[in-house]
Amino acid sequence: MSGVSGLTFDLPTIWAGLIAFAVLAYVVLDGFDLGLGVLFPFFKGKAERDEVMNSVAPVWDGNETWLVLGGGGLFAVFPLAYAIIMPALYPLVIGMLLALAFRGVAFEFRFRADRSAPLWDWAFWAGSTFAALCQGMMLGALVQGIKVSGRAYAGGPLDWLTPFSLLTGVALVLGYALLGACWLIYKTEHAVLRRAFRLARPLAPTVLLLIAAISLWTPFLHQDYWTLWFGWPRDLLFAPLPIACGALGLWLIKFLREEEREGAPFLLAMAIFILCYVGIGISFHPYIVPRAVTIHEAAAPESSLAFLLAGASVLIPVILIYTGYAYWVFRGKTNAAGGYH
Amino acid sequence: MTTTALELARLQFAFTVAFHIVFPALSIGLASYLAVLDGLWNLTKRTVYLDLFNYWKKIFAIGFGMGVVSGLVMSYQFGTNWSVFSDKTGPVLGPLMGYEVLTAFFLEAGFLGVMLFGEGRVSPKLRLFASCMVALGTAISAFWIVAVNSWMQTPQGHALNAAGQFVPQDWLKIVFTPSFPYRFVHMVLAAYLTTAFAVGGVAALHLLRGRATPQVKTMFSMALWMAALVAPVQILAGDMHGLNTLEHQPAKVAAMEGHFDSQDGAPLILFGWPDMAKEKVEYEIAIPHLGAVILTHSWNGRLRGLKEWPRDQWPPVPLPFLSFRIMVALGFAMAGFGLWSLVARWRGRLYDNRLLHRAALALGPSGFVAIVAGWTTTETGRQPYTVYGLLTTAQSASPVQASAVGASLIAFVLVYFALFGMGLYYMGKLMNRPPLPHEPSLPPAPAHATGLTPAAGLIVEGADREARP
Repeated sequence: MSGVSGLTFDLPTIWAGLIAFAVLAYVVLDGFDLGLGVLFPFFKGKAERDEVMNSVAPVWDGNETWLVLGGGGLFAVFPLAYAIIMPALYPLVIGMLLALAFRGVAFEFRFRADRSAPLWDWAFWAGSTFAALCQGMMLGALVQGIKVSGRAYAGGPLDWLTPFSLLTGVALVLGYALLGACWLIYKTEHAVLRRAFRLARPLAPTVLLLIAAISLWTPFLHQDYWTLWFGWPRDLLFAPLPIACGALGLWLIKFLREEEREGAPFLLAMAIFILCYVGIGISFHPYIVPRAVTIHEAAAPESSLAFLLAGASVLIPVILIYTGYAYWVFRGKTNAAGGYH
Repeated sequence: MTTTALELARLQFAFTVAFHIVFPALSIGLASYLAVLDGLWNLTKRTVYLDLFNYWKKIFAIGFGMGVVSGLVMSYQFGTNWSVFSDKTGPVLGPLMGYEVLTAFFLEAGFLGVMLFGEGRVSPKLRLFASCMVALGTAISAFWIVAVNSWMQTPQGHALNAAGQFVPQDWLKIVFTPSFPYRFVHMVLAAYLTTAFAVGGVAALHLLRGRATPQVKTMFSMALWMAALVAPVQILAGDMHGLNTLEHQPAKVAAMEGHFDSQDGAPLILFGWPDMAKEKVEYEIAIPHLGAVILTHSWNGRLRGLKEWPRDQWPPVPLPFLSFRIMVALGFAMAGFGLWSLVARWRGRLYDNRLLHRAALALGPSGFVAIVAGWTTTETGRQPYTVYGLLTTAQSASPVQASAVGASLIAFVLVYFALFGMGLYYMGKLMNRPPLPHEPSLPPAPAHATGLTPAAGLIVEGADREARP
């Protein structure tokens, strides 16, 4: 039933695809608005900061919907995976949730506060950066593997903390920052636009180097990754992935230097993120808790999967359509005076 | 998990859920109130309803946002602290929660933007439709969450698989468990009452300050109608819910009543302190036979006491015993107040009886207290189980250490008090000034709402079109 080459389209596979999609949607969408938070201190003065906030104000909380769908979906359809991963990544999950709460509330209150506005600016930066760091470390901790015995997490409280997970954590913070800078290049004008270019130029090569470092480190973590990525003739099949990633990266650096195209950098940065995500997905498959529990082992009974799929297949397209519509309506540049409002 | 870690995990759940429950309760009630105000505005075109709509929707927006944020935490906490519970019940409860997320986001988030930002940008009828959909969305959210809780209290419609998981057999039975209808009605009425008293309290504050404007008078009158009508219904619903609990969870009722010994014609204990070591209620003040009359509808009806169950199946008696009394006392205070308001209304003294206003102000937060007390009664009363009779709380916990649970508990307490404290402060600030004639729609803030808002897009497009020559 499982196995790298034999994809079977049964309910667990469909659900794994849906959850993978929800997480991807979360990473690329909330990624850029967390990135704005990471870069927030580099923008000076209320006018610039307002413009940064306004560029994402209409859509940021919709972006976080995908996190609820990803987490809630995992509980509903892969309860075993949810029950193993959450205790294993305990401090990271709690840290991420509190940081997200912090920055979400900061977003709301910043516009209502007068004297305390600098405090909320700080909360927005700290919350965004810490949430991104936690997410990156969660990724690293998953890739390096989780110790499982029976149906439970069997590792220690700090197993997630390794040089590898620290590297993935820092990489994601900077990756989100790159996405955020490219978003601002696409959405803003004048001073903020120029500053966004200045921020993105060193970020792009740094992020590419970090991606390369993580990609080269991963096969050393586990024999399976080694055979997957370096085993002949399979590497022929997967070789286009790193090559495409590198090519898009060089293209991005070129656009950032020329400062002519203002939409392209964001699309290229998103494409690089999606390619990395596909690469991670290839490494994961067929596991949902890497190297421990497969998608089919973790799946709830067919009846549970079918019951929720009925609703999801109606509501997820609707959510997608109106998400797309919101982005369409808010396309183009934000203006300095508050843009759309 | 060690005993300490278990206790800390329970404390953490109690803390986060008690914080959370307050906001959805207000959201459910206020959403319906806003829909009614919008409906009355559409029907009568009296601006006082529009003013009140614009006044309360700002408070609603903050409360709704805080409900979403604290709810997000809850949805992950099942996994972090209660992973065994998640593994075992996921196949049954996961899809119900999944439906809550999907329908809530779809209805609330989809229409919230139109409701909040729609003024002058969409037709009044479309905005009314949006207001009704938001109200419906909050009620559907409550439906799914109460279904989850009711299954945990009175589980049915499932089987056990080889891995020890509860697996679904009959979804209709899982959703509509024996306690579900009672619990759902009791919860929704509680949300309505809570909102009525919150609105009445704010109105009373402004009446006491001598600002008897048409806006303030209207909301005071509406809130008091609601209180007078719903409070007695709630007492009836609560009584029926109690009888249902007696049928399915008799040990919980024994703890609520403080009955250690089984007896015929049991008394109703008004006050006292249940001492679990001595297995009796100390300092009790009781009315003979009344307990039996209420619960069995007969003078000498027999009620089972806690001693009929093994000691390790007892709930922590003082908690359900005391919280139940707080809830019931507040319920009767609310009903009494409702009756008093009817008399004042009949005499035409509704707006100048200062004692009534003071009482309304004092009872303003009573609904929130009653909800947390009622929740404490039902959740501590079903201990030591998470899935009643089938899975104990101790078996449900995650394999994590006390230090991790303790540290995260401290983090939750600090962050919650800071963040939600600020939220409550801003809500208080809004409530502290009276609704104005021509109450502005929303303060200048980004065109978005909590949750996903296509509506914001719809609105801006409309506004753009208006702005163009």
